[in-house]
Amino acid sequence: MQKKLILDSDLLDITLSRLCQQIIENHQSFEESVILGLQPRGIFLAEIIHKKLEKLIRKEIPLGYLDATFHRDDFRRREIPVKASEVRIPFIIEGKKVILVDDVLFTGRTVRAALDAMIAFGRPAKVELLVLIDRKHNRDLPIAPDYVGRTVNTLSTQKVLVELEAQGHEQNKIWLINNKD
Amino acid sequence: MSKLSQKHLLGIKDITPQDIQLIFETADTFKDVLNRPIKKVPSLRDITIANIFFENSTRTRLSFELAEKRLSADVVNFSASTSSVKKGETLLDTVNNILAMKVDMVVMRHASPGAPHYLARHIKANIVNAGDGTHEHPTQALLDAYSIREKLGDIAGKKVAIIGDILHSRVALSNIFALQKLGAKVMVCGPPTLLPKFIAQTGVLVETDVRKALEWCDVANVLRIQLERQQIKYFPSLREYALYYGITKKILDDLKKPIVLMHPGPINRGVELSSDAADSQHAIILDQVENGVAIRMAVLYLLAGSAN
Repeated sequence: MQKKLILDSDLLDITLSRLCQQIIENHQSFEESVILGLQPRGIFLAEIIHKKLEKLIRKEIPLGYLDATFHRDDFRRREIPVKASEVRIPFIIEGKKVILVDDVLFTGRTVRAALDAMIAFGRPAKVELLVLIDRKHNRDLPIAPDYVGRTVNTLSTQKVLVELEAQGHEQNKIWLINNKD
Repeated sequence: MSKLSQKHLLGIKDITPQDIQLIFETADTFKDVLNRPIKKVPSLRDITIANIFFENSTRTRLSFELAEKRLSADVVNFSASTSSVKKGETLLDTVNNILAMKVDMVVMRHASPGAPHYLARHIKANIVNAGDGTHEHPTQALLDAYSIREKLGDIAGKKVAIIGDILHSRVALSNIFALQKLGAKVMVCGPPTLLPKFIAQTGVLVETDVRKALEWCDVANVLRIQLERQQIKYFPSLREYALYYGITKKILDDLKKPIVLMHPGPINRGVELSSDAADSQHAIILDQVENGVAIRMAVLYLLAGSAN
C-alpha cells in the first residue's frame, strides 16, 4: 500500500481560507445562506468552514447535518446496509441558499442522494456544493462542485483518505492511497 | 456499517443483544424521519412485501403497513377470512402462491406457534413474525423495550413486571427474552392459573400479588386477558379478576414512586386497567404505538438491506 500526501496541515489551512473567501464573494450578505454538512465525514469539514466564515463576516450562519443513507441508490446492492447517521437541521430550508459540504467528491452518487434527502425538508432557493477534494474523471453522474479545495486525478482503484484533527487525528492530513500492491 | 445476524425475524430468542441495539439505533433515525414534514424515504422502493394475517389484528397490521409505506415498499395485504384458506389450502401452498407473484418479504401472523419457523425452512423470502399463537411477537417486544429505553434512558438494571394473562401471551415471552438480553430484571405476575407452569425456568421472578409486583418494579407492562384463547375458565369472573388484578390510578398513586405503565393494546378498560390509570401520566401506551412504526421500519430496512 502506497501513501502520497496531497495536502498537509498548513496547505489545508490556506485552502480552507481561500474557500471561505470564495463563499463570501458569492454570498456577500449571507442573509439566506445556510451550511449543510454531509454525514458522516462532511460534517467535520462543515464545522471548520462554518467557524472560519463566522469569524470572517462576524455574523451567525445556520449550520446543519444532512444524512442521505435512506436515499442512496445502492441499497440492496451492497453486502451490508450503510448505517444511518443523525440528521440535524435546526432551521427551515425553504427559500434558503444552501452550501452543501462534503470531504471528497467521487462518483457523485452521494451528492445525488443528498439532494433528494434535502428536498424532503423543503425547496431551497439555491444549492451549491463545496468539496475539499474533487476526484476528477471518476464521475458517474453529471454533478460538478462550485467550490473545490483541490482537484486530484485518481484511478477508481485508488482511495482518498482525509484525516482531520476534529476526527481525532494528530494532524490534518489528506492522503492518496494506492490499493494496488 | 452493520448487519443483523439473522435473515428472518422469527423471535427474540434467535437474535443477539447486538442485533437489538442495532435495531434501536436504526429506529432512532427512522423516528426522526417520522417527525419530518415528508415522512417517507425511498429505501425499499424496489421491494414488495406481503402482509399475511391468519389472525385478526388492527394495530400490528396497520403499524406494519405504515412502516412499509414510509419506506416506499409495495404492499399487498392478505387476510385469511377472505381467502382460499377457507377452501382448504395449506399454509405452504398459500405462501408459495404469493411468492410466485415475486414478493420479497413476508410479514406473517398465524395462530399456530412455530408457523413462521416452518415457513423459514421452506421459502427464500425474508420473514417477519408478527405473532405466532402464544409463542412470540418479536416486534412488539422490541418496541416495548425501545419505549422503556426512551423513557428511562437505559434498560440494563431496570425492573420490569409483566402483569396479567402470561399463559396466553406471546408478548410476555418475547418481552422476557428481549428484556433479559438487554440486562433488565423481569418479574411476571398474575393469577396462578394464568402463569405457565415452567415460566420460572426462563429466569424470571414469579409473583401472584399485583401490589407487591408494582412495589418492586420500575416499569409495569400490563397484558390483556385473552378471552378468545381461553377454552376453560381460569378465573371465576372478569369482575373478580378486575377486583384482584385490575390496576387503578389509586393503586399507582399510593406507590409513592414514579412508575412507567405500558400496555400492548387492545386495552380492556375496567378489567386489567381502569380508565383513569390508562389515561394517567404514568402511561406511555400511545408512545408505544408511535415507536412501533419506527421499530418496524428499522427491522424491515435491516432485513431487506443485506443483498441476496
